[in-house]
Amino acid sequence: MTTVLTPELTAHWDEPDSFTLAGYRRSGGYQALPKALGMQPDEVIATVKQSGLRGRGGAGFPTGMKWGFIPQGDGKPHYLVVNADESEPGTCKDIPIMLANPHAMVEGAIIASYAIRANRAFIYVRGEVLHVLRRVHHAVAEARQAGYLGTNILGSGFDLDIVVHAGAGAYECGEETALLDSLEGYRGQPRLKPPFPAIEGLYACPTVVNNVESIASVPYIVARGSDAFAALGTEKSKGFGIFSLSGHVTTPGQYEAPLGVTLRELLSLAGGVRAGHRLKFWTPGGSSTPIFTSEHLDVPLDFEAVGAAGSMLGTRALQIFDDTTCVVRAVLRWMEFYKHESCGKCTPCREGTYWIVQVLASLEDGLGSESDLDKLLDICDNILGRAFCPFGDGAISPVVSSIKYFRDEYLDHLARGGCPFDPAAATAFGGAR
Amino acid sequence: MTQDRPGATERGPMAANTELAARADEIVARYPKPRSALLPLLHLVQAREGFVSAEGMAFCAERLGLSEADVTAVVSFYTMYKRRPVGRYHMGVCTNTLCAVLGGDAIYSELRAHLGTQGDECTPDGAVSMERVECNAACDYAPVVMVNWEFFDNMTPESAKDLADRLRDGSDVSPTRGAPRLATWQEASMILAGYPDDQATAGDTAGEPTLAGLRIAKQNGWEPAAGGQP
Repeated sequence: MTTVLTPELTAHWDEPDSFTLAGYRRSGGYQALPKALGMQPDEVIATVKQSGLRGRGGAGFPTGMKWGFIPQGDGKPHYLVVNADESEPGTCKDIPIMLANPHAMVEGAIIASYAIRANRAFIYVRGEVLHVLRRVHHAVAEARQAGYLGTNILGSGFDLDIVVHAGAGAYECGEETALLDSLEGYRGQPRLKPPFPAIEGLYACPTVVNNVESIASVPYIVARGSDAFAALGTEKSKGFGIFSLSGHVTTPGQYEAPLGVTLRELLSLAGGVRAGHRLKFWTPGGSSTPIFTSEHLDVPLDFEAVGAAGSMLGTRALQIFDDTTCVVRAVLRWMEFYKHESCGKCTPCREGTYWIVQVLASLEDGLGSESDLDKLLDICDNILGRAFCPFGDGAISPVVSSIKYFRDEYLDHLARGGCPFDPAAATAFGGAR
Repeated sequence: MTQDRPGATERGPMAANTELAARADEIVARYPKPRSALLPLLHLVQAREGFVSAEGMAFCAERLGLSEADVTAVVSFYTMYKRRPVGRYHMGVCTNTLCAVLGGDAIYSELRAHLGTQGDECTPDGAVSMERVECNAACDYAPVVMVNWEFFDNMTPESAKDLADRLRDGSDVSPTRGAPRLATWQEASMILAGYPDDQATAGDTAGEPTLAGLRIAKQNGWEPAAGGQP
């Protein structure tokens, strides 16, 4: 069998002290930092550009290009903000990175700050993960003690401090401008763009906001060179990434592989869909990406191919649902999430998600009529592209895609006057708990 | 174990509490602009009182030169700030789609009936409260229950009810992945304010699902190109 998995970020997670400075150094950690500090900042940016690294937080924007947008010689402070607010349903890769190897993120943050000429960086960690906060605080303290943070880092003349900041429970703060408002002490609501954060970000100063996994990939790129990273992956989706398998799969977990791997390949390694059942639907990149079905098992999981097949690579959050799952119930629960988490700023998103939940709840109970499906699609059409941030566009993904692939199942609810599925059959513990 | 924590032990008017004021000053000093300290300050007052009271909001407003309305608007936006006391142990049952389908819905309804509480009110002994939580980034361990923001993985209705019973009777309880000594709600809030306890190096590095891909790669001899991460 050809190599399918490429453990790089995950390579040492099975070592009991992988999260410590000593453990990280033993596996070659903090060797990229002196190399970067010996380069000109623009060379570091060029290296990351050449690697082809694209944002691992969902949007896939080229990381080096984002760094290159920061104006230089403008006399303003610059900031790096690491987005560790992982909350997209199904996404569970940044939390294990920060538990098992926070130093990769810290080293990447120091290199990124040097490249964009920032002397202050923030790691915005979602609040609901206490042990992650301990580990990140600990890693930053260790790095400071080792002289990787502070003044004149490794004799380079470069100064940097990192502040660890805990959120307080709001999915919307994963959107980069909402995150910045939250970090400034406001409600986490998105800003009008432009200006983009590279021009007016934190405190209206040039700011880069990068996802944890993006930043943690930077030491590899600097240490090994952009070609080593770009040798993996596909033409426009370079490198490796963590694919998170969850749900009705025999061996759920984190699988690090080159971009372009398929769900069929990953499922074969993970023991397939749970015994006795077949794949019904799945998300390629979290609940905000349109669902796929068994006909998409061979779609290469890179930005281009997933997009061409009608969805988005997102955060590679592969939530697997088998034939015991009611798609209407699944979509209803996702929409209850979006309704709860809509920040309220934009009317189409705030009101639209509210009404979608009402209609879906009726349909799940077998009430309403076929015209309600048209009503749902009409509400979705009135949300799409009509809000400040991508929240609304993401929120309608499960509705539109589920009606596209499973219209008959919606109608079956109406014909039967209720849900034809037994929720107990879909649970992990089944009838025998 | 919490003697040095203003949140856990002391009572009395906040404005007159010099230790709390000193903590607040430390938090404000972390940031280029004072208002950035508002979220951690709210965690700090929650650590002190167990929830964010009107006095707590007034304290934050005074420290940052904001109006109480400014602070209230922020408190009401974020779900982790509680306006009423919750239990010493606050349970969060994930009922987002994946956990819900894998059993979170059953866990929520059975645990709710078992505790006999409504909303986020706590049991009469003050020990346990519960709420629904959204996806907590542990989907490979579904269904997940949080207690004071620590992970309890692969739960069932029975194990969740048993967990609640053990929290109520004072038994030793450790999360599946996390710090072995479970922090109380107020201790957890102190960590959120930026004052971690001494448990960072305790507990596991990764659970089995976290290592699933790595184990398979090793079994197949798919070693990293040059020894792994740089």
